Amino acid sequence: MMGWVSVALVGVPLLGAVALVVAPGALRPVLRLYGPVVSGATLVLAVVMMAAFDHGRAARPQFAVDQPWIPGLGLRFHLGVDGISLPLVVLTALLTFLCFAYLSWGGGRRPGQLLRARPGGARPRALVFTLLVLEVGMIGTFLALDLLLFFVFFEIVLVPMYFLIAVWGGEGRRRAAVKFILYTLLGSVVMLLGLLLIWAQTGTLDIVALGEAHGAGMSRSVQVLAFAAVGIGLAVKTPMWPLHTWLPDAHTEAPTVGSVLLAGVLLKMGTYGFARIAIPILPEGAVAVAPWLGALAVVGIIYGALACLAQRDLKRMIAYSSVGHMGFVLLGFATLTTVGVNGALFANVAHGLITGLLFFVAGGIKDRYHTADMPSLGGGMLATLPHLGAVLTFAAIASLGLPGLAGFWGEMLALLGAFQPAGGLPRGLFLTFMVVGGLGAVLTAAYFLVMLSRVTHGVPAVPRPALVTAGGRGDVGLDDRTAAISATAEVTSGAAGWETPDERPVRPLETPPPATGEDGHPQEEAAEERGHPAGEPPVPEEDRPLSEEGRLVGEDGRAVGERGGGMLDVQRYELVAWVPLIVLTLLFGLWPKLLLSLTTPAVQTLLGALS
Amino acid sequence: MIQEIDYFAIAAPLTLALVAGLVLVLDAFLPARPRVRPALGLITLAGVLVALGFVVAQAVRGGAALSTFCVPPGLNAPGDGCSFVVDRFTLIFAGLVLVAAVVIVLMSMTELAGGDIPVGEWYFLLLCTLVGAVTLPASRDLIMLVVALELVSLPVFALTALKRYDGRSSEAAVKLFLVSVVSTAVMLFGVSLLYGIGGSVFLDRLGAVLGGEAAAPGWPGPGASVLGADHGLPGVVTVGVVLVVAGFAFKIAAVPFHAWAADVYQGAPLPVAALLSVISKAAGFAGLILVLVTALSGQAGTGVPIVAILSALTMTAGNLLAMRQRSAVRLLAWSSVAQSGYILAPLAVASAGTGASVAYLVMYAAMNLGAFAVVMLISRTAPRNQLDDYRGLAFRSPVAALALAFCLICLAGLPPGLAGLFAKIVVFREIVDGGAGWLAVVMAVNTVIGLYYYVAWTARLFSPGEATAVTRRPAPAAWAAIGVAVAVAVLFSAAPQLVLDMTVVT
Repeated sequence: MMGWVSVALVGVPLLGAVALVVAPGALRPVLRLYGPVVSGATLVLAVVMMAAFDHGRAARPQFAVDQPWIPGLGLRFHLGVDGISLPLVVLTALLTFLCFAYLSWGGGRRPGQLLRARPGGARPRALVFTLLVLEVGMIGTFLALDLLLFFVFFEIVLVPMYFLIAVWGGEGRRRAAVKFILYTLLGSVVMLLGLLLIWAQTGTLDIVALGEAHGAGMSRSVQVLAFAAVGIGLAVKTPMWPLHTWLPDAHTEAPTVGSVLLAGVLLKMGTYGFARIAIPILPEGAVAVAPWLGALAVVGIIYGALACLAQRDLKRMIAYSSVGHMGFVLLGFATLTTVGVNGALFANVAHGLITGLLFFVAGGIKDRYHTADMPSLGGGMLATLPHLGAVLTFAAIASLGLPGLAGFWGEMLALLGAFQPAGGLPRGLFLTFMVVGGLGAVLTAAYFLVMLSRVTHGVPAVPRPALVTAGGRGDVGLDDRTAAISATAEVTSGAAGWETPDERPVRPLETPPPATGEDGHPQEEAAEERGHPAGEPPVPEEDRPLSEEGRLVGEDGRAVGERGGGMLDVQRYELVAWVPLIVLTLLFGLWPKLLLSLTTPAVQTLLGALS
Repeated sequence: MIQEIDYFAIAAPLTLALVAGLVLVLDAFLPARPRVRPALGLITLAGVLVALGFVVAQAVRGGAALSTFCVPPGLNAPGDGCSFVVDRFTLIFAGLVLVAAVVIVLMSMTELAGGDIPVGEWYFLLLCTLVGAVTLPASRDLIMLVVALELVSLPVFALTALKRYDGRSSEAAVKLFLVSVVSTAVMLFGVSLLYGIGGSVFLDRLGAVLGGEAAAPGWPGPGASVLGADHGLPGVVTVGVVLVVAGFAFKIAAVPFHAWAADVYQGAPLPVAALLSVISKAAGFAGLILVLVTALSGQAGTGVPIVAILSALTMTAGNLLAMRQRSAVRLLAWSSVAQSGYILAPLAVASAGTGASVAYLVMYAAMNLGAFAVVMLISRTAPRNQLDDYRGLAFRSPVAALALAFCLICLAGLPPGLAGLFAKIVVFREIVDGGAGWLAVVMAVNTVIGLYYYVAWTARLFSPGEATAVTRRPAPAAWAAIGVAVAVAVLFSAAPQLVLDMTVVT
């Protein structure tokens, strides 16, 4: 009877996106408010759903709608939410809303706020449209209770994310976007084959019915084959080593909001699929494949950690850290125990919050320094930008799994699950996985601490500036040294006191990489202020000449400085987006039962025959 | 003796044929004024719509299938059958062809506005092709099938060559002619072999003989079938099956008869390319399905593996070749070859796959025509029609860009192009259900390859390009064509059930 909430959760962003196409003229003046309002309405619906959710029956789908859509395909419009999907639905609605808030809070003229109207076409309308369609796909995936409907929503996400990366991304965006969409489409087509195999064997697409059947009607070999096919599709999205190679590029090149949603929600769609489809519907297949899944998961943990140690680019490092974290999630699923799967689901949500925050911060850093190259950042951020440095430190510590923060419980439970795996699984092997995974957790701590020592600690790279002319002061804690960074070329890697592991030159901050995406914005602003017709497109196909580049940036430094500070510490629009994530990270860290009480009954049901 | 002809059954092709004659006469006798060009187009359009009206009337009428040109019961011929049957299968294909024809006539009106192409001949030939394409799915004997197929092919050579004094166009026409004639010869040879074995040209009768239910004429021993246990399968049947399938493979540009596609599509006027990619292809598939399902269902053991291999090769070759294209029309040409492979795939598992094939074909027709209509519009300002000419189209002409983007995403099979997605799911489901796992995997990989070039093209639409100041001639007919095609594609995306309901009973 409460099914309308489920429909509205998908319908509100969809109607919002349609309205943007139908009535562009009417919405243009209120565009900056439009995104937050629509996604805010969605968030309110999600909160309503959470409040009205019957915790006593968390294992059963609630708010269910079940209507035939395409009888010819046996496709039903079957939505619903249970203890597994509810946290993810709320997380999705929250992160999307925070992304919109980040984009449009205040004047919307800060770097990274892509909704500014600029000549040459920043295309804010297209951005709002893209994000809303993305939200439809993400929420729909978590609500769908029909195999084909799940697949349809799973696919809806691809095109908007492609455009998000390809249009608003960084330098190598085109390649990264193509790699992303081809890789994930290949995965989802293989998954489709697996889903159709399930359908061909059982004759139904209803996830609830299939989950209750626990694989009845499918022989072991069919289950193994279907699990492998569905698993590969989901593993690409998750991503599981060795299918992860699209992830670092996509994360690095995506704009801040793209990275946040990619890490915060899209990866969860893969892991959610394991909990919703692969394990409950194909239990025998799961038992057969679980050792492999576990092995690949721990390889992913170790590989992700080692890859992180070798990274120079902050965003790329966080991207690789996702590979490691998702390894823990997959290890949790592979144990096929209540503890392990619970841990996996917890780690899922925690990763969404923490990595979302990390990408927000990394995006903020990249907007300020015009680079995310750690040696070039030079260290000492806690001194130059204390608030930003503090948030980065908090997010990194949370991500490395400090007890008391959200990142800890999921990984701990996943390892605990591996200590005592489900009946049919080889215990010795899983004990090995546990040990290796534990080692990975140590490595995770290592690379985050190394990152912090490179970026936040140490002596600020820039000597105390003399030529700061910043007139006004930033609204939130502007440090007077900060404005100088963009105006001074005296940046050396040695000053940070950190030996860079490779020979690539450290780029002085004065000459950022050729203008692209976010980097390009301030320069164009400067050009506009000088009365230039800023004809450069927002996604320049051709590199602008370097000489002009330098000049523009030089003036940019001053132009921005005169407006109120060259490099500002944490801004209001950033705080708006970050604080909820920080609060939730603390909340779930201190009170994990909040989530676990939701997921436990559902997990017990889904494991059914196994545990 | 007198044969009864059911004129209602043949109303659609009859109307088209009459209008074809009328157009030719009007062109000859009307004064050569500028008004005449669009007038002839409108007459053609009216003719197509009337024919479509007859098809709709036949569909609404329901009841038993109409049939005419039957062997009278008095004649003691083995296998009394009818040559022309209007059943559901016929109506779907006729409807598909005629709706596509509306779009193509609208495109033609824009193409012919230039004035280089003789109008009367154009519409006459176009209508002749349509007569063939509407007759073909109704044909139930081999002779009629071949005649109808030739009626579809022959006018297209002339249509391709009508762009006079254009080397590329003439080359395309010659290529099309040569390949077509060779494939017709091959098919006729196959038909003669099948006739020789079955002793009948009627598909039902052939199916009975080849399926071992009826005795073949002249076979030793009373009641012994061709497939008698001690005889084994005569090699002749296999040869006949292969040759007939090969003949149709040309029409649908399946491997190994695919090489003509790109050159011909590029050389021909764009409406003709669209016609080749939709109407001619639909006719080819109708014939192929009729032959495979009706006549050769008893020979599934021979036909099915051939079709499966053809399908896999066709989709792979089409997609790989499309990836390297710089020209929009060539890309569409190869992509339509690849799509032929997808349509073939359900036929490769069992004869039950017909519904999936037809459903895919119907959805493909809408999206491909939409893409061609936009390409046609762009070709007026960018004659070379390179993919790079589409850069920044979203800023110059947002409606055209959105229409093209939607059609391309549909062809790629991604949301929001749900028509394409569901079409692919239907095909996948048929293959997986039929147990042809390897074909499903091949098709899955191909879907990804296809996505690469479709998305690359779509991305070009939205990436900024140099603002070329172009003088735009108004092209209301082209816009109408885009409107019709895209509206149908959107309809199919919103309610794929329409197509699936139609095609499920065949």
